[in-house]
Amino acid sequence: MSPAAGTRDDDVAIRLTDVTKTFGKGDSAVPALRGATLEARYGESTFLVGPSGCGKTTLISIVAGLLHRDGGAMSVLGTDLGSLSRGQLTRWRSENVGFIFQAFNLIPQLTVAENVSVPLVIRGVRRREALRKAAAILDAVGLGGRERSRPNKLSGGQQQRVAIARSLVHDPRILVCDEPTSALDASVGWKVMQQIAAVSQHPDRAVLVVTHDERIFPFAHRIAHMDDGRIKRVDQQSHQPLHAGAGAPEDPFR
Amino acid sequence: MVESATGCATRDDPLMKYFALKMLFGDVAKFYGILLGLTFASLLISQQSAIFVGLMSRTVGFIRDTGQADLWIIDPDKLYVDDQKPLRDTEVDRVRSVTGVAWAVPLFKGLLSAKLPSGERETCDVIGIDDATLIGGPPKVLEGSVADLRNPDAIMIDNASRGRKLALPAGLAPGDVMLDFDPNDPAAKRRPMGLGDVLELNERRAVVVGIVETTPTFQSQPVIYTTYARAKQYAPANRRTASLVLVKALSGVEPKELAKRIEAETGLLAFTPDDFSWRTISYWVSQTGIPINFGIAIGLGFLVGVAIAGQMFYNFTLDNLKYFGAMKAMGASTRRLLVMVALQAFVAAVLGLGIGLGITCMFGLSVPGNRLAFRMLWHIPVMTAGAVTIICVGSALLSMIRVVRLDPAEVFKT
Ligand SMILES: Nc1ncnc2c1ncn2[C@@H]1O[C@H](COP(=O)(O)OP(=O)(O)O)[C@@H](O)[C@H]1O
Ligand SMILES: [Mg+2]
Repeated sequence: MSPAAGTRDDDVAIRLTDVTKTFGKGDSAVPALRGATLEARYGESTFLVGPSGCGKTTLISIVAGLLHRDGGAMSVLGTDLGSLSRGQLTRWRSENVGFIFQAFNLIPQLTVAENVSVPLVIRGVRRREALRKAAAILDAVGLGGRERSRPNKLSGGQQQRVAIARSLVHDPRILVCDEPTSALDASVGWKVMQQIAAVSQHPDRAVLVVTHDERIFPFAHRIAHMDDGRIKRVDQQSHQPLHAGAGAPEDPFR
Repeated sequence: MVESATGCATRDDPLMKYFALKMLFGDVAKFYGILLGLTFASLLISQQSAIFVGLMSRTVGFIRDTGQADLWIIDPDKLYVDDQKPLRDTEVDRVRSVTGVAWAVPLFKGLLSAKLPSGERETCDVIGIDDATLIGGPPKVLEGSVADLRNPDAIMIDNASRGRKLALPAGLAPGDVMLDFDPNDPAAKRRPMGLGDVLELNERRAVVVGIVETTPTFQSQPVIYTTYARAKQYAPANRRTASLVLVKALSGVEPKELAKRIEAETGLLAFTPDDFSWRTISYWVSQTGIPINFGIAIGLGFLVGVAIAGQMFYNFTLDNLKYFGAMKAMGASTRRLLVMVALQAFVAAVLGLGIGLGITCMFGLSVPGNRLAFRMLWHIPVMTAGAVTIICVGSALLSMIRVVRLDPAEVFKT
């Protein structure tokens, strides 16, 4: 992970100022973001929490370069994504963003290792190299030996771990997770979040997690509370957040 | 410009293509559904076309079998080879007198009822060839010789019919007649008609002196060769005339030129074998329900392809949209995803077409030629490939529209 190509004058990876986004026009217009301001730092996990429909998914979609904002200012990894063409944005995503979806979106016809290698394949990495990296990161999430399995032969928690491996295999500098645990049992969700925290921690990476699952808050460095299209307040965790390196984290659901 | 730089590091993208094929082959239910639909469509289209072509070429089998003639001279009202529009015998002399004609001989061709020694009746295609020259004879003689037709009451029969429509009771000796034979008795044993057997045509004796091989006729009637004079005696009184005149051009005379001259001088129509074949086929195509029936079968094959394969391929893409969406989010350009869809459609098309055409060809090879009309021309696989291409390109385009419209932001919607 090399230092940012763009300006990185501080440890802020993502900076949004008064970002607005409205879906639709006229009578059916839905204002999803009404001036959201947020900073997310390298080496930290920033959680976005708030009621359903408050704009969390919209916000991370804009940060990840999937949507264009309507107004406000934004810099992600030192780049104003609004200034990129569609093609540039596609390429930017392939190089900088890892995704974890609520529905794992693993391709059932491909093996676990092939699924994990997709972001590398998209970047044009050769097969041997891609599979080697995939195997290494699968090992890191505790799925060593399952490279040749089909995703649907795995449990839900294991599938999400495959998705975690896929999101990080290309060493992205931003990881966005939308409700990563909400399709899982509480206990499994805890383990999956523990896994995300353990493998995604990196001084050059910013992690954004959208969740309304309060039980996984201990994994956050900062918690941004959203409501009605705005960030209402950001809480900095008083304690060191949980992750694998910080001693054996306790599973409250055990 | 920008698109070419969008995370498309390898130009021909082998791994994305590999994934595309794995997705196709791995979705077993859909893949076999698509394959079955395309195979069935290709099979139906190509097999029905081949049978249609086979039937149509049977209608002109006699023209091909009668190879010596450069020109076929017919009454202007005669639409096809078996159309009964007789010529007066004097017309033969008029044709003969046209400059450039090497020879001109009359030919009788007509369906006559034959009475077999078993008492059964069978409609036969009787061909009477010029007594003097024996021109217009069968393409291949298996037993006896064409010259034997000069013997009294001599006829030659075709090989395919002797064991079927012309088969005789097993115990019947050549020349004998059986009065108490029950053709409907399933236990009745039969033997092929052979040399020396005697049948009756219009109450006149006809003795088999030879076995010949002919192209099967459209309705698979037995074919009987005899002389022109004898054929007229076998025919009912009102049909004792030539059916057509065969002409050979003098060497150095262009048949088409000669045809024009004959038409001008006699008022008859003169055709080269190819043109006469086309006139016959055009008649069958335009004046009978045969093309419509085959057209319906072929159209049905196409619809089956669209309904099963096209629709299933589209559903296959719809199933994959969430994965395509995820790949778009992860930085795959739309173009690369479209290549995946195109490859999936292409491979399905090639496999379905190959299996369908393969089955059609095996069918054509396994059914003996004289049993079923079946003729493969290069046009048929080309046409079938065209139909499969339309099905696959159509459903692939519809699928691609969905992929193009796919908003990568939708990956977060569950
Ligand atoms: N593509 C869209 N078209 C129209 N409205 C949308 C679209 N996406 C989101 N919205 C609306 O924007 C608001 C915020 O949605 P979202 O960001 O998904 O909220 P959250 O993730 O916090 O539940 C909601 O009212 C939602 O209905
Ligand atoms: Mg949401």
